[in-house]
Amino acid sequence: MKPAAFDYVAPHTVREAVDALGDTWRDVRVLAGGQSLILEMHMRRICPDLVVDINHVAGLDRIGLDDGTVRVGALVRHQVFESPQAVPGPLGRLCANAVVNIAHPPIRTRGTLVGSIAWAHPASEWCAIAVALDAVIEVRSSGGVREIAARDFFLGPLQTARAPDEIITSVRFPLLGGSTGVGFVEHRRTHFCFAQVAVAAAVTVHDGLIVDARIGLANCADRPVRARAAERVLIGADVSAANDHPFADAALAGDHQPVDHPFGDADLAGNRLPADHPFARAGRAAADEDAAPVDEPYADPEYRRQVIAVLVGRTLRQAVADWRSHAEPEGGLR
Amino acid sequence: MNITLTVNGDDYPLDVEPRRVLADALREDCGLTGTHLGCEHGVCGACTVLVDGEAVRACLMLAVQCDGAAVRTVEGLAGPDGEPHPLQRAFSAEHALQCGFCTPGFLMIAAGALESIGDDPELVDRLVESNICRCTGYEPIRRAIMRAATDCPPASDRSPTSEGS
Repeated sequence: MKPAAFDYVAPHTVREAVDALGDTWRDVRVLAGGQSLILEMHMRRICPDLVVDINHVAGLDRIGLDDGTVRVGALVRHQVFESPQAVPGPLGRLCANAVVNIAHPPIRTRGTLVGSIAWAHPASEWCAIAVALDAVIEVRSSGGVREIAARDFFLGPLQTARAPDEIITSVRFPLLGGSTGVGFVEHRRTHFCFAQVAVAAAVTVHDGLIVDARIGLANCADRPVRARAAERVLIGADVSAANDHPFADAALAGDHQPVDHPFGDADLAGNRLPADHPFARAGRAAADEDAAPVDEPYADPEYRRQVIAVLVGRTLRQAVADWRSHAEPEGGLR
Repeated sequence: MNITLTVNGDDYPLDVEPRRVLADALREDCGLTGTHLGCEHGVCGACTVLVDGEAVRACLMLAVQCDGAAVRTVEGLAGPDGEPHPLQRAFSAEHALQCGFCTPGFLMIAAGALESIGDDPELVDRLVESNICRCTGYEPIRRAIMRAATDCPPASDRSPTSEGS
C-alpha cells in the first residue's frame, strides 16, 4: 500500500519544529530516520495529518560529551554506533555490540537511536539500554524543556510519556567507567526479525567482585525492562579467574547435569553454568521475577522465560570477559 | 511539491506529493524502472539505492526528502558506453541471479560498500543478509560481490557524478 496524503514541513530549527508540533488538534508525526514511521504509513496504521521532517534541523546530528554523560542528538543514525569509538569507554562497546542487531545496514544508515526511543517498541535494543543505564530523555515544547527518566518514559508498546506537542531533541546516557564490562546478546528467528529476547548488561567490578550491575531486557514485557531482581543477585558475586573454572571444567568433562530450566543454563557451545552460579541465578531471577513476557505467535511466554534465563547468563559472561580484556589496571585486576 | 532529484548525474525536476516515496518517484516520475519494489516496508531490499553515496531503502524515504540529493540507481552502474560495472560482470560470471527481481537491490547495496570490503571481508555477509533473494540461495551473490571487490579498480565508485570522467 501507499501512505495516505499528508502535509509536510521541513523546519530548520528546533523552534520551528516545536511550532509545527503545537497544532495538537491534528495527528502530527516527527520524521527523523523514518524506518518505522514510513512503513507504518505504508500500512496505513498511521495516517498523519502533518509530517514534521527534522532532518534539516541544525545541530541534532551530534554526539556530545559533557560531565560524564553522552548526549545523543535526535538525528544521530544507528550506523554511527557501529564504531566502538563513537562513544568513549565501555558504553561505546555496548552500543557497538547492540547496534549490529538492529535491522541491516541500509536501515541503519537512516534510522536513529532517538527515533527508536521515541517509537518505544518493546523489542528495541536502544530502549533496553536506556532503561538499564538510567538514560534521560530531553524533550522540548513551546512550554520549554523537560527531562524524563527512562524508567518513567516507556508506558507500554509504542507508548511513551512524550506529549504530542513535544519533540525529543536528545537522549543522555551516563558514560560507564573503566572498570565496567559490557555485554549484549540477542535471540531472534531470522536476521530480519525483531528480537524475541535481547539482554544488555553492564557490570562494574572492584577487587574481583561485582559492585554494580545493570541489566536491560528487550521484548520481555510490554515495555523495556530493567532486571532489578537479577541485578541484586549479582552484587558481591566473585568474578575472579578462579571462579571461571566450574563451568569450564564441566564443559571439558562433558558434565551435563539436569537443571531446573528445561532449556538449561548451557550456552550454544554446551558450556553449562552450574545452577548455583550467580549468573545462572541472575538469569532465573530475570526470567521469573523481572520479565513479564507477552504472548506472541512464535514465542510463548514460557519459552521466552527459558530464553531469558539463558541469555542473561550468557550476556553476563560476555560482560565479564569484556571487563577482563579492557579493565584499567588500577581497577582491581588481580 | 516541486523538487529536483539528481539521479545518476541527471536532474529530474518533479512535482510530487509529499507521500510519494523515493522508489515510486524513480519508477513512475523519472521512468527509471530498474529499481524494484517488493515488500514496501524495508525488509526485502529490492528497492535499495544510493542516496549521497549511502545505501538506503527507497521505499522508506520520501522523494521530498531527497530534494537536491544525489541518487544512484542500478541504471547508473554501467559506464556511458554501456560497459557493465564490475559488479554486474561478477553477478553474471557467478550466476548470482536467476529471476532477477532482487538483483538491482543487491547490486546497489554492494555498490555502496564495494570499497570497504577489502578492509572487512565479513562485511559481505552483512550486505548479503540485508536483502532477500528467493532463487539463488545467496552463496553465488556472496561470491559475486567478493569477486567484484577484488576486481574493482579503487575509487571508481561512490560518486554518482563520476561516470565518464
